[in-house]
Amino acid sequence: MRTAISRLSLVEPRSLRHALRLMRDEAGLVPLAGCTDLYVALNDGALRATRFLNLWPIEELRVIEPRGPVLFIGALATYSSLIRSADVRRRLPMLVSAAREVGGRQVQNRGTLGGNIANGSPAGDTLPVLAAAEATVVLGSATGTRRVPFTAFYKGYRTTVMRADELILGIEVPEVEGRQWFCKVGTRGAQAISKVVMAAVRAPHPRVALGSVAPTVVRVPKTEAALTGGASVDEARTILMSEIAPIDDIRSTAAYRRHVAGVLLGRFWEQTAAGRPVY
Amino acid sequence: MKRGMSRRRFMTSVGAGVTTAAAVAAAPRVARGSPVAEAGRRVDLVLQVNGSRRRIAVEPRTTLIEAIRDGLGLTGTKPGCERGECGACTVLIDGRPRYACMMLALEAEGAEVTTVEGLMRGEALGAVQQAFVEHDAFQCGYCTSGQVMAVEGLLRQHADPSLEQIRQGLAGNLCRCGAYAHIFAAAKKAATLKGTGR
Repeated sequence: MRTAISRLSLVEPRSLRHALRLMRDEAGLVPLAGCTDLYVALNDGALRATRFLNLWPIEELRVIEPRGPVLFIGALATYSSLIRSADVRRRLPMLVSAAREVGGRQVQNRGTLGGNIANGSPAGDTLPVLAAAEATVVLGSATGTRRVPFTAFYKGYRTTVMRADELILGIEVPEVEGRQWFCKVGTRGAQAISKVVMAAVRAPHPRVALGSVAPTVVRVPKTEAALTGGASVDEARTILMSEIAPIDDIRSTAAYRRHVAGVLLGRFWEQTAAGRPVY
Repeated sequence: MKRGMSRRRFMTSVGAGVTTAAAVAAAPRVARGSPVAEAGRRVDLVLQVNGSRRRIAVEPRTTLIEAIRDGLGLTGTKPGCERGECGACTVLIDGRPRYACMMLALEAEGAEVTTVEGLMRGEALGAVQQAFVEHDAFQCGYCTSGQVMAVEGLLRQHADPSLEQIRQGLAGNLCRCGAYAHIFAAAKKAATLKGTGR
């Protein structure tokens, strides 16, 4: 048995309100849900925290439902529940595609959308989808609720605009007009973390978002503007390859990532062209 | 080591992080709903495992796989990577496959946990286990109980899965020997065996 996780206290909230009060009252309390990222860090000894708040039993954070013009997806929605949800399938099929690419079934049954957002890895599979869908993050605290556009949520590598007393309650996704597209490139089909991941929407103003090519998930406004203005996909690809800032790391190289990002842009454009069947 | 004591029993009896309730003075029960399970203190827990209620005392840090193996002595579930990548520790939680290394024992309270031992019918192999034997669906065997549980979970969702569904269903289980072709064939056979009431 490993002993890296030698000190761990688990706080069980009675309700969401109780959880938010606990977050207000205790500095350093770390929320825990599916544990698919957190336990890796704990096992590696990379996480100094010792007190954790167990959000998993809070059912109201598991809800997926249309609310007026937006689709609300609770922070505790698992990848499996996204895949099964008729609302998500109909309104945000690129999120279903992304959820299917996360880990394997065991991780999909446990990992949560809120966790993917909170973990804040630039390689998070669902994050380009949320950026391309222009989703809003709903944050809760003991003093109230606030909404932050997903594209303004990250300040830098794994840093967010969240205050220490806040929890992610869920996301709101507006109606997405146009054809949705998603592709993840990794070492193998399942279990691998992405080398490059892209979500995009083919609309009069196309939207393109990428992961693993910058310190955070990014939209690429110059590339989008070129496509909107009628530039050829080759011209747009050249712009994209200078607009992103990939690095060499254990999973890939900057040069490969830049090249693959360009390839993905070409595939997006080809596969979402008018008259092509929706994938 | 004392004669007549197996290595496993010996290892279990010294220094394990979990203890079955019989062996430990009852720790203060932490009621669900207000509680803090403090680091280092044992918490009494009732787990529903393979159809039986099992009392166990665990520290909050204890993962489900540690509780199952070291606490309950159900060593069919294998620890592999302990970081959610390999699938050796796959168990069913309320019928769905999950990694037992990615879950605290405390969180499993109230859920039905099924391990590979739970697929046995007395001394007879369950359908999935039987199919793995018939199709020689392993080489070293370390990943096998996890693969078996992933197939069991898949068949509870899809009684007659396509090859693509089988590949998807087993995507979270790695086999370093590369027995995948036999494993996929065994999954197909298991669906047949289950379908005919085996």
